[in-house]
Amino acid sequence: MSRSSKLLVFGGLALAAIGMCYGLSYALFTEHQTLDGMGGALSAAFVQAAQRNLPQAHAAIDRYGRTKYDYVRQVDLHSHWIGLAMLMIVLGVVFDKVNFEEATRRWLSLALLAGSVLFPFGVILQTASLDAWFPSALAVVGSATVTIALAAVAWGFARAL
Amino acid sequence: MVTMATTALSSSLTAAFAPMSARRLLVFGGIALIAGGMLFGDIFAVFVLHQNGGRTGETLLAAAQAAAAQDPAGVRAAFTRIGSLLEDRGTKVDTHVHMTDAGYLALLLALVQPYVALRQQRKKRLAQLFITGGVLLPVGIFLIHYVGLAYSPFPVIGWASVLADSAGALLIIASLGEAWGFWKYLRGTRAESLEPNLAADDSWAKRALLSGGTVLVLLGFLYGAWYAAFDLYPQEKQETAILNSLAEQSAANNTALMNQSVNDYGGLAGAKAISIAAHSHAIEFGLLAMLLSFIQPYVYLNEVWKRRWVLVLLAGSIILPVFVLLELKLGLVAGGIADVGGLLVIIALIGMLVGVLRHSGRLDAGVTQ
Repeated sequence: MSRSSKLLVFGGLALAAIGMCYGLSYALFTEHQTLDGMGGALSAAFVQAAQRNLPQAHAAIDRYGRTKYDYVRQVDLHSHWIGLAMLMIVLGVVFDKVNFEEATRRWLSLALLAGSVLFPFGVILQTASLDAWFPSALAVVGSATVTIALAAVAWGFARAL
Repeated sequence: MVTMATTALSSSLTAAFAPMSARRLLVFGGIALIAGGMLFGDIFAVFVLHQNGGRTGETLLAAAQAAAAQDPAGVRAAFTRIGSLLEDRGTKVDTHVHMTDAGYLALLLALVQPYVALRQQRKKRLAQLFITGGVLLPVGIFLIHYVGLAYSPFPVIGWASVLADSAGALLIIASLGEAWGFWKYLRGTRAESLEPNLAADDSWAKRALLSGGTVLVLLGFLYGAWYAAFDLYPQEKQETAILNSLAEQSAANNTALMNQSVNDYGGLAGAKAISIAAHSHAIEFGLLAMLLSFIQPYVYLNEVWKRRWVLVLLAGSIILPVFVLLELKLGLVAGGIADVGGLLVIIALIGMLVGVLRHSGRLDAGVTQ
């Protein structure tokens, strides 16, 4: 088993375990409260509308929007980390069949691992500050790195045919 | 002429798929979990998804009408119903996703067994633990909506959630155990009886699944990037804009515009669900195809049938995400075709599982060269 394969398999297993731990702690300590918060904000908005208090209704809907923004990204972190981890393990098993030099394969495996960690991490950092450019840039760079590396791997498989 | 791919099994095939081994347990358990999760997803898509969406829209309109009638109690009652409907939908989506993904992980772990430097008995225990967690997690998630907080000592977590979370913990323990075994392998430790690599295979079925799967994953990535770049943020802004408009129309008691806002909200929810489903299904089916490429040597069917199942699986894998996307333009007809695509994948998967069962049956009967 080459070093690039080992990196992908071990990195994938570790990332899958981290993604699961995050999902479990999120389900235990955050998810129910978040869903209650979203439902409560939406209900409060229409109760305020019933009382003809539109500024409060809009404030409650903004609260709902902000909570949902966080919720979507928290779930995305969990699913993308585990999904990308599975892809890395699969690729790790057949990485020796990617028809490039081992040095190139090592760079590709590093790019796959780095992108798989950074892309969801950038997504979750977006919840810390809505207007900051850095988290979005991290997510874009991470996802682009994974996509380009995967395209290169596909090309490497095609060269072996 | 149709001939059997293998008339007698080589000793390497036998060793790599030994009776009651961790790998065999993970392969059977994994394929069964994937097939079960997909079947559940197809049943959900046909019988629950659209009906649930329709009822959620009706209840949102009822909440707006209660607000228009200055009835806060009616608003709260409507949102309690909406919460219940969303929980019903959410837990069923999660059941489908977690059952399928646990199956994928089981197949992955079957692949890496030669690199897990632990005793056979311990590897088998980890495999049992993983499959148990993989079955109990979706069962627990499914029951959350029905069990609720009945007899629960916790304020927001019911017994079904406790079951799901405990099953999730089993999966984590099993994954950490496998990672520990792999770490030992990297440090130079070797198991007493080393499990051999999966049999070398360069068949058409393997190459088609591997290359088709990689292309599907890549397409899913590209569509996901496009969605995140151009649709995600506008849709999030649109949602709050529609809800703000609905609240204003309720306060103004404008029935026509309230109806319009609820319809807009339903359309937006549909568009979001469709985009996410197309992205995730393309990637998941791609990953499935890649995983199934490794077990082709253990599918004991003749070459013609192996090719048929591969083509059916790849066809279904492309039909589902493409027609899910077309649902916005073509409506329920496209949705029906997408469901058929999902069914094709399930049928191909079961076809391959039958092949693996036949293979293991021959192994257990002692048919070796």
